[in-house]
Amino acid sequence: MGTDLQVHPLSRRSLLITSGAFGIGMLFGSVAVQTHEAHAAGPFAANAWVAIGDDGIVTIMSPASEMGQGVMTSLPLLVAEDLDADWNKVRVVQSPDDAKIYGNPGFFGTLTTVASIAISGYYEKLRIAGAQARKIMLANAAQIWKVPIGELSTEPGIVVHKKSRRTIGYGALAELAVLPSPLPQATKADLKSPAEFRYIGKDLPRVDVPVKVDGRAKYGIDTQLPNMLFASVLHPPVQGEKPVAIDDSAAKVVKGVTQIVPLPFGVGVLGKTVEATQKAKAALKVTWSKGAPARTYSSNSIAEDYSAIARDARQSGVAMFERGDAVAAIKGAAKVLAAEYVSDHVSHVCMEPMNATVAVTGDQVEIWASNQSPTTMQFIGAAVAGTTPDKVKVHTPFLGGGFGRRTDGDEVVDAILLAKATNGRPVKVIWSREDDVQNDKYRPLTSQRVEIGLDASGKIVGWRHRIVNESYFARAAPQFLEKFGGKDIVSGGGGEFKYAVAAHRVDWVRAPRGVGVGAWRGIAAGYTKFAIETMVDEAAATSGTDPVEYRLAMLAHDPRATDVVRTVAAMANWGRKRNRGLGIAYSDALGSNTAAAVEVSLDERSGEIKVHHVWTAVDAGIALQPKNVAAQMESAIIFGLGASLYEQINIEKGVVQQSNFDEYRVLRMSDVPLVEVKVISTDNPPSGIGEAGVPVIAPAIANAVGQLTGGKRLRQLPMLPNRVQAALRAA
Amino acid sequence: MHHGRKAVGWGQWCKQVRVRGSQRQKQRAGDHMPTSRAPVNAGDTDFLRNASRKMSMTTFMINGRAVSVAVEPDTPLLWVIREHLKLTGTKFGCGIAQCGACTVHIDGEARRSCILPVSRIEGKHVTTIEGLSADSSHPLQKAWIAAQVPQCGYCQSGQIMQAAALLKQNPHPSREEIVRHMDGNICRCGTYNRIISAIQSVARA
Repeated sequence: MGTDLQVHPLSRRSLLITSGAFGIGMLFGSVAVQTHEAHAAGPFAANAWVAIGDDGIVTIMSPASEMGQGVMTSLPLLVAEDLDADWNKVRVVQSPDDAKIYGNPGFFGTLTTVASIAISGYYEKLRIAGAQARKIMLANAAQIWKVPIGELSTEPGIVVHKKSRRTIGYGALAELAVLPSPLPQATKADLKSPAEFRYIGKDLPRVDVPVKVDGRAKYGIDTQLPNMLFASVLHPPVQGEKPVAIDDSAAKVVKGVTQIVPLPFGVGVLGKTVEATQKAKAALKVTWSKGAPARTYSSNSIAEDYSAIARDARQSGVAMFERGDAVAAIKGAAKVLAAEYVSDHVSHVCMEPMNATVAVTGDQVEIWASNQSPTTMQFIGAAVAGTTPDKVKVHTPFLGGGFGRRTDGDEVVDAILLAKATNGRPVKVIWSREDDVQNDKYRPLTSQRVEIGLDASGKIVGWRHRIVNESYFARAAPQFLEKFGGKDIVSGGGGEFKYAVAAHRVDWVRAPRGVGVGAWRGIAAGYTKFAIETMVDEAAATSGTDPVEYRLAMLAHDPRATDVVRTVAAMANWGRKRNRGLGIAYSDALGSNTAAAVEVSLDERSGEIKVHHVWTAVDAGIALQPKNVAAQMESAIIFGLGASLYEQINIEKGVVQQSNFDEYRVLRMSDVPLVEVKVISTDNPPSGIGEAGVPVIAPAIANAVGQLTGGKRLRQLPMLPNRVQAALRAA
Repeated sequence: MHHGRKAVGWGQWCKQVRVRGSQRQKQRAGDHMPTSRAPVNAGDTDFLRNASRKMSMTTFMINGRAVSVAVEPDTPLLWVIREHLKLTGTKFGCGIAQCGACTVHIDGEARRSCILPVSRIEGKHVTTIEGLSADSSHPLQKAWIAAQVPQCGYCQSGQIMQAAALLKQNPHPSREEIVRHMDGNICRCGTYNRIISAIQSVARA
């Protein structure tokens, strides 16, 4: 991670300074001119992140996509912290799409909000940006007062010269300020110590909340441009098929329809109103190409196919992780346990359906879209419009949910192709919910097999884990598959763990079957931890050890891990006898230590599981916004709970069987358990929090059912009633 | 000369600030527009021009204003509100009354605007999130902020409108009554427990 902030003062200023037309002294010597200039110039931009108005308002750029995780507060507060800004005078704006300036050092320097790396990636960069801006304010104050910088200090929004008892607000200073030459640079050494924090760890209210309670918040779908057309898109019934004959006779006569546009993968309808395009779309009669590879794809048979591969160790795939000789360790073990796991496709179903507004003028493309990666959208825009990424401008309003879906940009492709057909008129494409559910890039359907060897004392001595599914990278970023030696950490990751197991091997086998897959909140850990954590419980039961004690023994070398496990055990009053089942799981995914305990009941006749209470604890390093961390945990637990019990996309011969919320069941208010969260803030670098709660919930539920039923194991996601019944019948 | 006061990155922002400023003014004017009995033309104007002969006019009150819109009579109220009247606080979520993101009040009752043909609201009073209070001061809006309910926030207009209709009929609902009333509103971020707390805090007050 880079520690030096790249600051690029504009050449005109540098030229003026170096040419000697005005010395610094001269600039400050002529206050009247400067004041006049300041008003003409607007706010003083200290660096790419901070601009200060003469009213003291500090405007801070927020580079990440705000999709509910609170980054529009937690990132700017880092700048404010080391700038020593007065938070009451801070205004936040979404940064431009220039990744060279605003990119995440933790994600290849791109503007991409994925994998819970916004805070960890930007933590140092933004604090250093704040520290640099503070130095610039100090340098200006020193010039004005003709005192050494070393005699100056700051209070929130104020520079103080103690010796002369003078103070000047950042606003008054901004009115006079210029960028000093040479420009002060900041390093890690300039950052505040935790004892000096005014904002980090102090729970500021989120800046995006007020506009989200009165309709002011603008999402991509709210984009309205002069002269804009609307569009609906008819997608193929089976992924990868194409229109071969289009009968638009009924569609094109719908009042308000302006154009029917054949697309490589469907048919676009342009019109003056949303309702016209929707009606016309319904009136289209299209003959589709048959014979896409996905035609042979049925979820049940794919699961069997994948499970057979998982069982067949000769199909070696790629080693994602290897420590010691797991095969030999299992061979020599006193006892061997093996189990297979299947997790179905699940859909993101962001509340804001996919949409994008695009204007194409000559070789210029302008995109307004709720998206998780302006950088990706620039590349997509350039490729689809036949231009270069620098000619693609991306605006990122609020995202009505992201969860990994808003990195793909399919809806942006739709909008660009349609905008190319309108002579420069902007086009807003709005997908229906059915388009969204049936054309999502689902979490991959996955089979896993875990085989472990225990020694005579019940300790795990060897662990072999095989993961079989389709690759995310192969569709979304083939260059990454090559770059990482054929390893796909999105589809095949998440097999590693902190448990002290001497011999551990994780293999991933890519099995493409014609259906592209996506990244879903929690990423691979959303299913790998289900396998790992339920197997740990089986091992504990086999060795006759309490599941909490068993985990603590394997995590003894890691105090942060044992702390979260102990904490949830205490929260749940683990030792207390109860009629309901109690289960636990631990996760180190996304860089954070997370544990959950859940209390469940089971209707053995119907097979229905009811989750009553969830206790969870997380150590994600230093918690910038502890209450928001708790909110993210609540959210992730509930998100993961839906995928544990209900959410399922079922594909039959390539056709997705679900289409809307009546068929794709997400959690509703009446399904929701009590969720208690304990945030353990530690003096460690911040790690992921948006997704950390997802992986623990499914295994904790399965383990609770195991405890309740004397060891009946649930190994399929979602844990549908018929699957639970089958597990109860199994010996 | 003033370039000396600006590090890179801010050029676009300066333009945005100007654009935002003008949008804000426009919005404010709309908010304070006095109630008028005369129909106000709203929405896509070139559409309206052809409208009189081909499309029927629907006249109704929205947030205290009378409006007439010339659209197909079966147009869902949702799209009239969002794209013709440009009140975008009401959200599209599913189109089949399964998620509640589009909830508005029709004559004081919570209704799903995505399945309501505009012709059915002739002469009725529609309230959207923008009209729930003049200055975000409805007790539920304050409670939502106090409990920091919204995450992505997309469903919250609908949640608040649904909850406001409940409290109007039943100012002190039990937890069970809250859950029963709110169960048709989906929140994909899972803020349900905070929504319950926020409603309870108002119900107790």
